[in-house]
Amino acid sequence: MRDFIYRRPGSLEEARRCACENGAMLLAGGQTLLRDMKLGRHFPASLVDISGLLPRHIELRDNAISIGAGATHAEVARSRVLLQHLPALAQLVGHIGDPAVRHRGTLGGAVAANEPAGDYPAACLALDATVHTTTRDIASAEFFAGDRRTTLEPGEVVTSATFPLARRSSYVKFLNPAARYAMVGVFTAVVADGTPRVAVTGARVDGAFRWEDAEKVLSASFLPERLNGIRLSTERLAEDLFADGEYRAHLAGVLARRAVALADNAKQGALVLSHGSSIRPS
Amino acid sequence: MPDVSMIVNGRAVHAVVEGRTLLVEFLREGLGLTGTHVGCDTTQCGACVVHVDGKAMKSCTMLALQCEGATVTTIEGLAATGAPLHPMQAAFREHHALQCGYCTSGMVMMAIDIARRLDELNEPTIREELKGNICRCTGYHNIVKAIAAGARAMRNQPLEGDHA
Repeated sequence: MRDFIYRRPGSLEEARRCACENGAMLLAGGQTLLRDMKLGRHFPASLVDISGLLPRHIELRDNAISIGAGATHAEVARSRVLLQHLPALAQLVGHIGDPAVRHRGTLGGAVAANEPAGDYPAACLALDATVHTTTRDIASAEFFAGDRRTTLEPGEVVTSATFPLARRSSYVKFLNPAARYAMVGVFTAVVADGTPRVAVTGARVDGAFRWEDAEKVLSASFLPERLNGIRLSTERLAEDLFADGEYRAHLAGVLARRAVALADNAKQGALVLSHGSSIRPS
Repeated sequence: MPDVSMIVNGRAVHAVVEGRTLLVEFLREGLGLTGTHVGCDTTQCGACVVHVDGKAMKSCTMLALQCEGATVTTIEGLAATGAPLHPMQAAFREHHALQCGYCTSGMVMMAIDIARRLDELNEPTIREELKGNICRCTGYHNIVKAIAAGARAMRNQPLEGDHA
């Protein structure tokens, strides 16, 4: 890793000034950024450590859950208010990375990193979360902008995200057999106005996206069998030594049906599958 | 170059480091605490797990400078030389929960964290919690047994002056 200047500003305003300098990057929990720097994806001239400046609340406000950008995955996963009102999101976050990563990784870092197999982006898109920054409020559909990119401007800091409560929701992911991130993950929800939402992560090279064909057929009735015969287009699907595009397209359909079934269950939440999992729906 | 102060295994340390110095490099090369290992260097294997402010974290994916003012415990801090082993270390020895030993310090540090966080420790839970700790000898069977036994021992025998 190339050396860089480490800065620890005392306020978000000072952080903004530091982050506007040439070659500066913002550092929160660092669980994506530091690894990516070692892998040669980034060579920042300076890192601006904002981890001590970010709110960490997890609260119910106006039929939505507000989560501070500095809340760690471990804090979010065990939040009682979230487990009660949006269990699928709490359980999704409880399966990000591993326990040590969850002690350090944050909501703000995870959404700003927008990894193509990230779990949070799928939940944000399906639940129509709003990302709040130091300057504006951004709808998830406008925030995520392709592979590891967002519409954040230089110096703009994510401060929190708001997840409207859904009537029901669930998340099912199938793990990459080696690195254990989502080879494909599907978040389904029936949002407050009754509209079905389906978001997929891990499948496409450019990150999480809404699966509109699936949403269309589910709008008649939110039942797994409605998805029979619906197939994800293989366009822009990720291909690697673990799965080709055809496999990922098939997996998306299987996981979407499992997720819709799970959302209809009293125990709606998240389900993690891997090679060797039982093939019978739970 | 910037400087950093933290408590490591109960001792206040102060040093000048580079911005890019990782916590694991600072522990191993700066302080000579080579019990913490580096396996993958990319946040997957868990050989580098230490406790920062009482929580298991991967020291290969943290800057030393991010630990300003923090309390860090490494495998060396679990039991003083000549003193009885920490109950989790004793359980690993008793159950022969190691083969080559490379992953062991990270496994023990994670195991203590698991035992502190969770009351009910059955085998599937322990295996799920070990998602970020890889034993390349694939010796998980005895590691899982040791963690169950070590967690029971920790509940029955809280240690005086335990930094971990």
